[in-house]
Amino acid sequence: MGIFDRLVATARQKSPWVYRINASSCNGCDIEIGPCFCPRYDAEQLGVVLQGSPKHADILLITGAVTLRTEAAVREIYEQMPGPKAVVAIGSCPATGNVFAGSPSVRGGVEGIIPVDVYVPGCPPRPQAIMQGIHEAARLLAEGKTRWAGATEAHTLKLGEEMIS
Amino acid sequence: MTEVLRVAAAFLIWPGLISAALLGWLYLWLGRKTFARLQARQGPPFYQPFFDFVKLMGKQTVLPRGVNAGLFALLPWLSLAAMIFALALLPVPGTSSLSFSGDLILLLYLLEVPSLIEVVAGFTTRSVYGQVGAMREAIMTLGYNLPFITAFIALAIQGQSSNMRELLARPLGPTHLFAAIALFLAIPARMKMNPFSIANAEQEIVAGPLVEYNGRPLGIFELVHGLELVAMAGLFASLVSGSVQNPVIGMVVYLLVSMLVVVATTLLSAATARLKVQHALGFYWRWGALAAAAAVLVAAFLK
Repeated sequence: MGIFDRLVATARQKSPWVYRINASSCNGCDIEIGPCFCPRYDAEQLGVVLQGSPKHADILLITGAVTLRTEAAVREIYEQMPGPKAVVAIGSCPATGNVFAGSPSVRGGVEGIIPVDVYVPGCPPRPQAIMQGIHEAARLLAEGKTRWAGATEAHTLKLGEEMIS
Repeated sequence: MTEVLRVAAAFLIWPGLISAALLGWLYLWLGRKTFARLQARQGPPFYQPFFDFVKLMGKQTVLPRGVNAGLFALLPWLSLAAMIFALALLPVPGTSSLSFSGDLILLLYLLEVPSLIEVVAGFTTRSVYGQVGAMREAIMTLGYNLPFITAFIALAIQGQSSNMRELLARPLGPTHLFAAIALFLAIPARMKMNPFSIANAEQEIVAGPLVEYNGRPLGIFELVHGLELVAMAGLFASLVSGSVQNPVIGMVVYLLVSMLVVVATTLLSAATARLKVQHALGFYWRWGALAAAAAVLVAAFLK
């Protein structure tokens, strides 16, 4: 990589702007995303800014088990984001559907609708885990190893002891 | 030849693009860090605005359907060109910037261009949020331009000249104080900071005029925002530093007062909530008008 490519890659890791979708979540995960931007955890230290428009974002945070109604919206918003982009699925709902799996109106997970890069398990995951997930997605953006860029598998965050306590 | 080089240096190096971009990133970081600390947060590291800009320049550009591609791409560069011209005319300490009779009027015209282009950008993106944001920005220009332009009219009345360097070289007096007050009233609205963050009200209209902008065009718009901050803070600072004889002390005063302006406006934005556009307009046409009238009267009668 030339020096400009390396600079841009560093910038992608240092400046991950985030947009979030609630794909029919119970709001528990969204409530946990909130403290990430408040004094106790402060994701702005990592350069994370919560953006209002998907066109201004690099990383998509998706919560919720994706009902049939929200499926089209999720796909459309993902398509509106300019590349390079990454997706972080927050909580157990976008991973497996959680307690709603099997329900006739629930898609049961976001896999297959949009390519997910990082799964952050939890119900809800703690803000530290969410921030770790965003940081992991930013790292993937920097290395060009997002599924948007052609990588084939998603990463599931392994929660350490410090996360569960 | 040396004249051409001097002009090119004024446009590109100091007080032009490169130094203004660096200062702009410094001021943007200072604003964000102060804002964060006031909220008991840590805030971003000092290189944050630079990496934000680089990242945006490395993004794809998604063109909204039905939007004119040429216009979409061109508008940010027009804004940047106007800002570079305006920065070259900034009355910074030393003799490096351009200075001629009438440069005050040219500077004021050039400083209007970024707001105008944001209004046009908001309307051309065919997004409802963009259009509401553009309309709000247009209304706000009617508000903040009253004290902003009148501050300079007051200085011109006092100095009987339209050459900025001449006007600012006069010893400090009551005119400078009232002009500074009027100018400071206009700066938060220009920079779209609370309580006048009306055009880019995230909770109300998503992102304002630039809602559909992304990628490299958005990067250029963000750069122009930083350059605008340098121009505004610099204009306020040159009110103070213009009369300083020693160029080194003048430069130190210029930079310190600029940073003070950034911190003061950030303090204001952290402590206030957003006004409604009619209240903001009312504020500018009552208190802004009062400050403007006071500045002109003091300039005409007190000197």
